[in-house]
Amino acid sequence: MKKDKSRRSLLKNISLASFAALAATGCNMKELEEFFQRNFRTLSDKEKDDIINNLEQKYKEKYDKEFQVSAQAAMDQVEFAYALDLSRCVGCRKCVYACVGENNQSRSPQIHWIQVLQMEKEKGIDFAHSDVHYNPEKVPEKGHFYLPVACQQCQNPQCTTVCPVKATWQEPDGIVVVDYNWCIGCRYCMAACPYGARHFNWGEPEIPAEELNTDMHYLGNRPRMKGVVEKCTFCIQRVRKGKYPSCVEVCPVGARKFGNLLDPESEIRYILENKRVLVLKEELNTQPRFYYFFGV
Amino acid sequence: MNFIRFINGSIKLILQGSKAYYAWLFFLVALALWGGFGYIDQLQDGLITTNMRDSVSWAFYIGNFTFLVGIAAAAIMLVIPAYIYDWKPIKEIVIFGELLAVCAVIMCIAFIVVDIGNPMRFWHMLPLVGTMNFPYSMLSWDFFFLLAYLIINLTVVTHLLYSIFHKKEYNKKVVQVIVLISIPMAVGIHTVTAFLYNALPARPFWNSALLAPRFLASAFCSGPAILLILFQILRKITKFEIKDKAIWTIAELMVYAMFIYLFFTIAELFKEFYSGTEHILYWKYLLFGIGDSKEIVPYSWSSIIMGFIAFVLFLIPKTRKNFVTLNIGAVLIYASVYVEKGIALIIPGFTPDVLGQIYVYTPSITEIRTAAMIFSLGFLLFTFLVKIAIAIVFENYNISDIIKKEKSVKSEMSTI
Repeated sequence: MKKDKSRRSLLKNISLASFAALAATGCNMKELEEFFQRNFRTLSDKEKDDIINNLEQKYKEKYDKEFQVSAQAAMDQVEFAYALDLSRCVGCRKCVYACVGENNQSRSPQIHWIQVLQMEKEKGIDFAHSDVHYNPEKVPEKGHFYLPVACQQCQNPQCTTVCPVKATWQEPDGIVVVDYNWCIGCRYCMAACPYGARHFNWGEPEIPAEELNTDMHYLGNRPRMKGVVEKCTFCIQRVRKGKYPSCVEVCPVGARKFGNLLDPESEIRYILENKRVLVLKEELNTQPRFYYFFGV
Repeated sequence: MNFIRFINGSIKLILQGSKAYYAWLFFLVALALWGGFGYIDQLQDGLITTNMRDSVSWAFYIGNFTFLVGIAAAAIMLVIPAYIYDWKPIKEIVIFGELLAVCAVIMCIAFIVVDIGNPMRFWHMLPLVGTMNFPYSMLSWDFFFLLAYLIINLTVVTHLLYSIFHKKEYNKKVVQVIVLISIPMAVGIHTVTAFLYNALPARPFWNSALLAPRFLASAFCSGPAILLILFQILRKITKFEIKDKAIWTIAELMVYAMFIYLFFTIAELFKEFYSGTEHILYWKYLLFGIGDSKEIVPYSWSSIIMGFIAFVLFLIPKTRKNFVTLNIGAVLIYASVYVEKGIALIIPGFTPDVLGQIYVYTPSITEIRTAAMIFSLGFLLFTFLVKIAIAIVFENYNISDIIKKEKSVKSEMSTI
């Protein structure tokens, strides 16, 4: 017993000493606390609240604005799904920029969670002959159709399996999220994702303070840091409050549909019942919750 | 006290040497400094200083990592023929092989550290303090295999050198058992590294069962190439006795490995090109380029040509047994596998990307400088370790001599 005690006090002294050493190097306590912050999923509610309060304060100091950061959990009996009408989409990219604004994506270096692919009508859905950098005067272009791709919120996601630190996971409502404070930036998930849905902060993300969306979710659109991965969350900060994702709202042709798979009255269930749908790369068995269909 | 003596003595040892030795050190230090200042840019501005982007999200760093895993693995696998053919200096071969393996694994870990976006969060990967995704993520498997391999090899080689240094008998049984464990471990680290890429259905270029076998075969080409040259240097400057025959046997084994590698690759190419599915694009990009994007083609063909010349040089008995052509072959095969693992393995996995887009990647100057820093520091470490090992094994550098010298110095001092 005695021996054990002395060992414990030794450990305590060592940790105190290292703490003091770290403090002496000029790290402030907040940074230190952030450094030792644990994986979001292992935190208690109290710890989550503290972290979020600190975060709101930090953002206020940095951007001189009031922020609401939510950690709202998934609702019971909700499983989100998305449907996109390929016969309506005109390739205007309004969704791309609405998403950038809503979700505080870095303007420089530029990050887009939605990629719109221009495809040749004669070839059908053929990635190898598609073009993401199309830039005509007017869309749609003759002989082409458009296929927007973002995270497919797979039921069998390969990106979360490969993460070596469990920094990304699927929530009970089907949304695949990233803990930006836990991601080590190894980019294994980006290699594993068959849809190019994950994006990396190669440099320090830049967003003009006046363009920041102050309505945030901890696992969603709060500003990210250099060296972490981010992705579409179906606008987690909106959909968990009962709103549509902003890409659905902005679409000028009504090509984007969204709803709760578990609600028999939802629009998404109507589409699954009355339209024939397809998913991308079904042979990989990722089982997306993002359906494409031809409405007309 | 003895440990301090050992450290002091070793520092003196590594600082002494011929002019060629100093030139070599100067070269490595200069390269490390040049590289280091490049790496500082990356630390400040992030990975944006590399040419990696979302389309090609892994590239030169991870390729170097893969190459070095091969070196680490092959260094130990060379112990097998040493046993089978009963080459006399087996203990020495084990020592130098393990030193190479230790340095290679350290360099591997360094390449992972420079590749990840948040190196300070490395601890998230550890069990207990972090949340390691074991057994699901191949990356956590790989990390653990490498760590275990490092510890095993470090233990054996330190024990051997420590015993010789103290003029004690080393524990033969334990060493033999650990060496026997480390051989399958060597196969294991390279297989797990191959599985890292292999298990991604999103990347058809890697999603072939032949990937791991090809990894092993190519490692058995590049790893022994270093040792082949090292053994010749050792033979010249120390009492290390390795017969010509043993060196030729290593070369012969390398030919088999090259042949197997060639066969596997041809089998892969046949399947891809004859069936001609859309997956052929990645090989096309590697070998011929797609459209105007041909930037990677010189890399792949230089690797193929160097590998092929080495194969011919090693295949023909006359050139295999001539030390000039043998060494040219060894350098060529090393360079060939380096380009193959560094560029030709990783880049076509990402080009075209999963949405069919082509982003042309070639390493940026920051990436080259960072890699140069790791390689030169790694070689520096290897040079120092080999220097100390040579002194212990061949030059009778041991503890009792050091103590004796100290005593004589003391008595001289007192007589003065």
